[in-house]
Amino acid sequence: MLAADLLVAQNIGFGLIALLMIVGALRVVTVNNVVHAALWLVVVLSGAAAQYLLLSAEFVAITQVLVYVGAVMVLFLFGTMLTRAKIGAEADLNNKNWAIGVPVALLMLGVMTWVLIDGFGDEKLPNPDQQVPVQALSDDIFGPYLLPFWALSFVLLVAVIGAIVLARKD
Amino acid sequence: MNALLAADLPYWAQSLLRVLGGVVAVLLPAGTIVYVFLFKMMSFMQSRLGPMEAGPYGSLQLFAEVGKWLQKEDITPERADRFIFKIAPLVVLTSTFLLVAVVPFGPDAWFTNFEAGVFYMLAVSSVSVLGILIAGWSSANKYSLLGGLRAAGQLIAYELPMVLAVVGVIIQAGTMNLQEIVVSQNAGEIFGWNGLGNPFLLTQIIGFVIFMIAVQAELTQTPFDMPIAESELVSGYMTEYSGFRFLTFFIAEFATAGVFSLIASVLFLGGWGIPFSWFGWSGIDDVDNWMNVVGPLIMVTKMLLLSFVIMWVRFSYPRFREDQLQRFAWKVLVPVSLVNIMVTAILKVAF
Repeated sequence: MLAADLLVAQNIGFGLIALLMIVGALRVVTVNNVVHAALWLVVVLSGAAAQYLLLSAEFVAITQVLVYVGAVMVLFLFGTMLTRAKIGAEADLNNKNWAIGVPVALLMLGVMTWVLIDGFGDEKLPNPDQQVPVQALSDDIFGPYLLPFWALSFVLLVAVIGAIVLARKD
Repeated sequence: MNALLAADLPYWAQSLLRVLGGVVAVLLPAGTIVYVFLFKMMSFMQSRLGPMEAGPYGSLQLFAEVGKWLQKEDITPERADRFIFKIAPLVVLTSTFLLVAVVPFGPDAWFTNFEAGVFYMLAVSSVSVLGILIAGWSSANKYSLLGGLRAAGQLIAYELPMVLAVVGVIIQAGTMNLQEIVVSQNAGEIFGWNGLGNPFLLTQIIGFVIFMIAVQAELTQTPFDMPIAESELVSGYMTEYSGFRFLTFFIAEFATAGVFSLIASVLFLGGWGIPFSWFGWSGIDDVDNWMNVVGPLIMVTKMLLLSFVIMWVRFSYPRFREDQLQRFAWKVLVPVSLVNIMVTAILKVAF
């Protein structure tokens, strides 16, 4: 297959998945059932994983599925089902201040677009159909980026210990 | 298989063949496990004959069962969340299909050859939790919801030991690609003797035991079947399902047992390979083409062996209590597997 054809196919795929993600993201905030909102969020997050795959960032895509779909969303659903998860529509689910959220979201969109265009401009991926081996990735994480990695681990450890302290009764 | 496909067939035909192969690789183990172990072995263990009427020794019972389920009415509870209720079994089955996609069956007989195959396997196996959770919730039944919540808690707890048990194998093989893990086991040697290769079962026996326990829990087989505990929760998240939706859950359960057995045999028992020294192969490129036919047979044999163990445990032990289950995962399996990782890493550096 020609590289140009491949790029066209990838662009169509990107467009479809992006559309699905946008619809999903809008449904997350407009739907009037907590569990449905969480499931639309699953659609958005899986869409992100699919986009990573299109960028041939296989490892990141799998991490996205493992962490967000497999763990975070399951915890979300677990929590909501344990406390409040009625079947059917709920009236008081939408926040009254949602109008303030719209300009904030637009501002975020503007800032991120600006950062992306300013940072990368016309730059393209060096080699779109060649993926980075996992070993190179781990060499980077545990080499030059070791300190940020440790810092993140420390933050997570603090959160875990905090959760245990909060949950312990004695 | 793949070299053949890449040479002659257009992309769509390759994809079609892969999908068909995936369906076979999911349904065949499921059917075999259900007939051989669930119908026959369980009956013999309980001093009865099991199905005998349909076909010789009841071997056609499976078709009778499938026919029965397909005929049954597809009931949706009145107050259920209809759409989610209907897609939940499919989400669980999808996870199984995604899982089989990375299993290598021969030097060229694979569906996909992911660089991070082990990692992919762990990621997609966690998707089934989502299906189980929404099945429990959307049934609008307290027993179902409790079953779903129990399943989620259990699967989260046992996914961790599973990941950690596999890390030992990854350290020893030096790769996350399942194909390369197979090669490194069969091309390996034990202190210079290469007559058996070096199946990781020998060096990672602790990892293997933890992995199989975690698989047992992920499959919610007894002694880890609190989510579907029929004496307390009717059938847990499956209570409200009937007809072919129940059949989907049922197939997913046993197909996943088969696929996890396949993955365990790849990780710990040498996968499709036979020790390369027997035929003087030194790497994957030397392997003769007939291994593409023999390899799947070896894999099926190993799968039957491991799923026999799973079913044997299932029919032998009573159920854990919920707190015992969580305590076992967090206080026994996780620390032991962490120690296993440390020892493996130290020995890897030392040798």
